[in-house]
Amino acid sequence: MNRFSRLFALLAMAVLAGCGKPAFSDAEKKTIASLGLSALPPLKADTSNRFADVPAAAALGATLFFDVGMSGDGKVSCSTCHKIDRQFQDDLPQAVGAGRTNRRTMPLAGVAHDAWLFWDGRRDSLWAQALAPLENPLEQAGNRAAYAHYIKARFGERYERIFGPLPDLSTVPANASPLGSDAEKAAWNAMPAAQAEAVNRVFANIGKAIAAFERSIAPPQTRFDRFAAALATGTQLPQGDDAMSPEEILGLKLFIGKANCVTCHTGPRFTDGSFHNTGVPPVANLPPDRGRMDAVAQVEADPFNCFGAFRDGDASACGELRFMVKAGPELVRAYKTPSLRGAATRAPYMHAGQFSSLDEVVAHYSKAPASVEGVSEVHPLQLSNRERAALVAFLKTLAE
Amino acid sequence: MASLWRYVLAGLGLAALLAGILAAVYLTALQAPQRAEIARSKKTTNGLFVASFEPERGVIRQGELQSWLLTLRTGAGTPVEGAAITISGGMPQHRHGLPTSPQATDYLGDGCYRIDGVKFTMSGLWQLHFAISAAAGSDTVVFNVLL
Repeated sequence: MNRFSRLFALLAMAVLAGCGKPAFSDAEKKTIASLGLSALPPLKADTSNRFADVPAAAALGATLFFDVGMSGDGKVSCSTCHKIDRQFQDDLPQAVGAGRTNRRTMPLAGVAHDAWLFWDGRRDSLWAQALAPLENPLEQAGNRAAYAHYIKARFGERYERIFGPLPDLSTVPANASPLGSDAEKAAWNAMPAAQAEAVNRVFANIGKAIAAFERSIAPPQTRFDRFAAALATGTQLPQGDDAMSPEEILGLKLFIGKANCVTCHTGPRFTDGSFHNTGVPPVANLPPDRGRMDAVAQVEADPFNCFGAFRDGDASACGELRFMVKAGPELVRAYKTPSLRGAATRAPYMHAGQFSSLDEVVAHYSKAPASVEGVSEVHPLQLSNRERAALVAFLKTLAE
Repeated sequence: MASLWRYVLAGLGLAALLAGILAAVYLTALQAPQRAEIARSKKTTNGLFVASFEPERGVIRQGELQSWLLTLRTGAGTPVEGAAITISGGMPQHRHGLPTSPQATDYLGDGCYRIDGVKFTMSGLWQLHFAISAAAGSDTVVFNVLL
């Protein structure tokens, strides 16, 4: 054997030894398994909405979700911003209903798993959430008295089969709401308490029907999920349709390792469901936005919250509201961790569409600038160009 | 001459071994503070009580509201009754507090208090600080919970 062939043999051994090294540690495999869609628990019953799993309620909710009649001007529905063919979002930096809002439309896949709704968690149930845009002057811009009349005229029979008899609305003003224009507020305040309560009940049931429909919107399986499932059962790296490229695998390792993404983007929905200040800059020309800080008082004041009169079941459903963090500097400019499933195909990003690409998002978290108000929880990462590109490549496996 | 070299070699070998042991001890000592102490039972800061903190159903579930039990006894082992307990905490490594405001909601007898509304939203090291005030006096205790 000459010197050259000896060197070649040595090199071959080194390469073989490299191939034999497992691609993931046991701890990494455990984390990857916890992110796969198969780790998503079945949807818990919502005892605060006894119609949550009633098919007829979900069917009525679907009708209402797509019905532009459910708006002040007859032109806006839930689906105007939550577009069914776009992951139930609208690709805009800020949602546009009757006017331009100050927040990005959130996608709806898996939304029924959320304890808190909206970017700032200003509602504590899916059905209470569905009511807010209906009366927001920038979104559906209607009022609850008008919605009650509309339901009776258009869907009375379907409504009564699910929720029981509609109240007598003959003396209810055409337009009235505690949140509306001055005239609507005056009309609302002139209504007898029992009548206002009856209208609120119809309004709450609209939310419960829409929530029942939204519970059916589940996140689809992605290439990452196939990879995770194959990795959990096999001894080799997944191949073929289940495979991930070396760059995507590097991105996954960074995501669950050095880049710390998984600390907040955790579990099969890639979110901890909690609120964090990550130093995302404000948008010029939008009203001041302090995120969770200002949402606490709003959810406490909401008559449709879990402590309110319109909850079904007992107060054991209200743990999140009961043990809510009500104060503290960490609430300032804290926003809910969004799910990353499907994120790669729904730019722009963040609560007001601040970043137009995933490259910008990853660059932001790598640099971790200070927050304009409050303190960012994110530490600078010093990721190389290659590492940033790998993270983006990995995120794309969650959208195909 | 050859035997002298042998002694020198042996001396070098022993020195290398010693250096290795010292390095191992030093490295372990350096890592020790990072390995958090996660005892479920301990003396309170000023030694007034012995506190133990356990999940009511035995297991920690990430992302779910859970009840935990805080049991308080005096040094002599007498259950501490009628204690006022306040809870705070967070993740020191992530500069944020707890995602919920846990509260002592029930006294179950035998020095045992139910701490409701505990929720750990992410993996990592969590700290729960208890301020305890009872007839015997006031004290504090910190429990580390590693997920």
